[in-house]
Amino acid sequence: MKKKLTTVDFCGTKEQEEKLVAVIAELKDTKGAMMPILQKAQEIYGYLPVEVMRIIAAHTGKSLEEIFGIATFYSQFALNPKGKVSIAVCLGTACYVKGSGDIYNKVGEELGLVGGGTTSDGKFSLEATRCIGACGLAPVLTVNEQVYGRLTTADIKGILDQYR
Amino acid sequence: METVNIKINGRDYAVESGITILEAARYAGIDIPTLCYLKEINEIGACRLCLVEVKGARGPVTACVYPVSEGMEITTNSPAIMKARKMNLQLLLSNHKKDCLSCVRSTTCELQKLCNEYDVDEHYFSGERTEHAVDDKSPIIRDNDKCILCRRCVAACQNMQEIGVIGANDRGFDTSIGSYFKKPLADTSCINCGQCIVACPVGALYERDDTAKVFAALADPEMHVAICTAPSVRAQIGECFGYEPGTDTEGKMIAAIKRLGFDGVYDMNLTADLTIMEEATEFLGRVKNGGVLPMITSCSPGWIKYCEHYFPEMTENLSTCKSPQQMFGATYKTYYAQKMGIDPKKIFFVSAIPCTAKKFEVGRPNQAAAGVPDVDVAITTRELARMIQKAGINFRALEDEKFDIPFSIGSGAGAIFGATGGVMEAALRTAAEVIEGKPLECVDFNEVRGTAGIKRATYKLGGKEIRVAVASGTANAKKLLTAVKNGEEKVDFIEIMACPGGCVNGGGQPYQPAVVRNNVDLRAKRASVLYTADKNMDIRKSHENSDVKRLYDEFFGEPNSHKAHEILHTSYVKRGL
Repeated sequence: MKKKLTTVDFCGTKEQEEKLVAVIAELKDTKGAMMPILQKAQEIYGYLPVEVMRIIAAHTGKSLEEIFGIATFYSQFALNPKGKVSIAVCLGTACYVKGSGDIYNKVGEELGLVGGGTTSDGKFSLEATRCIGACGLAPVLTVNEQVYGRLTTADIKGILDQYR
Repeated sequence: METVNIKINGRDYAVESGITILEAARYAGIDIPTLCYLKEINEIGACRLCLVEVKGARGPVTACVYPVSEGMEITTNSPAIMKARKMNLQLLLSNHKKDCLSCVRSTTCELQKLCNEYDVDEHYFSGERTEHAVDDKSPIIRDNDKCILCRRCVAACQNMQEIGVIGANDRGFDTSIGSYFKKPLADTSCINCGQCIVACPVGALYERDDTAKVFAALADPEMHVAICTAPSVRAQIGECFGYEPGTDTEGKMIAAIKRLGFDGVYDMNLTADLTIMEEATEFLGRVKNGGVLPMITSCSPGWIKYCEHYFPEMTENLSTCKSPQQMFGATYKTYYAQKMGIDPKKIFFVSAIPCTAKKFEVGRPNQAAAGVPDVDVAITTRELARMIQKAGINFRALEDEKFDIPFSIGSGAGAIFGATGGVMEAALRTAAEVIEGKPLECVDFNEVRGTAGIKRATYKLGGKEIRVAVASGTANAKKLLTAVKNGEEKVDFIEIMACPGGCVNGGGQPYQPAVVRNNVDLRAKRASVLYTADKNMDIRKSHENSDVKRLYDEFFGEPNSHKAHEILHTSYVKRGL
């Protein structure tokens, strides 16, 4: 799936940057260093915005595009930060046959996040997940740690309103 | 040489051990089809067109990356192989915008040629297609709906030029070639060198077509329309009309351009000479007055933008001279306009160049000596050829003609500007005579010739040792400048051209398919035209060019005069990344 570019303002700190620079210094001369550097960067910042990629590019000598290409290839890398209210809709087989595709689209429409992503105020984020092991409750979504099951599209607005 | 014995299509061959099946087959007189393979820079076996059978192998193998071994039996043309290649072509076409009739690459497209040879059904697979917006914000236009993801452009940008502003983004069906965060090329540190365009096998990359503007100006009776052609255009334009690479078609080119209806057709070699007068004087001045050294040449606009992005701390090292293209436009719209009593606003000045970065250069700040842009439109060798074709001019049948006066004389020094080392050699010819005050015994500076990526030499001029270096291709420029910056290398004068081999191998030059690029030394062949022209000229030094002398006598005074500075020099921007 094509990765969505973020519209959330970057708010990285000096401490985070120092941490990242130290990680790069430690790893950059090893073979295939870009993967672990990106993983650590995502650990530090929670996602990989352009500002973080610029730091990595400056300290590794790699081009921004090379870094972006890797970050968009692997599904483990996120270009968007998780929102304060992080919504995950299960698109595993059981949920999907029970209509979670429609649930996913409905949440997307409600939040203006069709196809996933994070609202530009950083409050809501939407992603699709694989099976979360709650097939008995299919279709399910989670909001942060809270699980909502046996959903219909009519339930969505009510759930979201609790967090707005 | 260690050899191995192999069979290709039942015939025995002894070939060098370690080479690929593709190379061995070529030795046997067979060109196995490829779309992604570019020697040394893109050997990735991605397009699956070079499939062949190897006896004992589990399935077809990719010839471009598969090494030969003792006793190997290869079949390149079995029905099963041809069927597999045809299927792969049809799969490529399933996600390809097929507007082949009017595509800029029609007849030079490598995919089209193979589809024709393999008798494909272009609608065999009709399914979902990826859709992309055309990126047309810079002189280099990308239409990903035609991209076949061969990654030749990426290899040219990342591996050859070591710039890397394009790469593969996303994955699987969504994969597309583009820039970081999907930015248009114009917003990246792309230098517009155009090496991606000449690497592309299809019509996914091309230069902005400015020919309509030129045709419109030619049709406007109010406009005085003039053109100058760069040294490398005459050396390569013949390739667009069926001549072998390395054929000089200067006379036919001039005859063809005159038939397009220009009011003046001039030789840019002349302003190459003018550049040398200014640049050699600037260099000698910097040496004498303790100016910033090493001084670096400024003729290649791709190199200029590269310097501004990647070595912004070295922009003071750049010569302030405008490029020959801009000097020509500036001189034309000041000196010539005054002399002939033409309003500069009524002059439409065109330059024909082997370069895509020159399209960017015409819009740069501080390139408008007469208050209007020095050059209105820069068209590539390919665009000029298209204009000639469109106008129905029978290029091959034309009798040779000559450039128009008063800008018809170019020296041999100006001619070699198109090859790596040429600007340096031209500058040395003039600088040496100015310093020594007597004619050179030999005008050939062989140490700076040839297609090596970096060349170095030391010359004794006026009792002083001058260390020079020449780099072509931005990967080599990066290597050289990094060493200079770190103090590992001491140089006084550097020539840099953005394209490997110089302008003769520029991004605006005629397309040559991969099979030619991989097997013919195009850089050397194309450059030989210029060195032969130089050798056969009576005037081989810029300062002996009588047209140039007249320009100084009548207008500029002397090199680096106040007037020359106002009209022939420019400034740079520190861009960073």
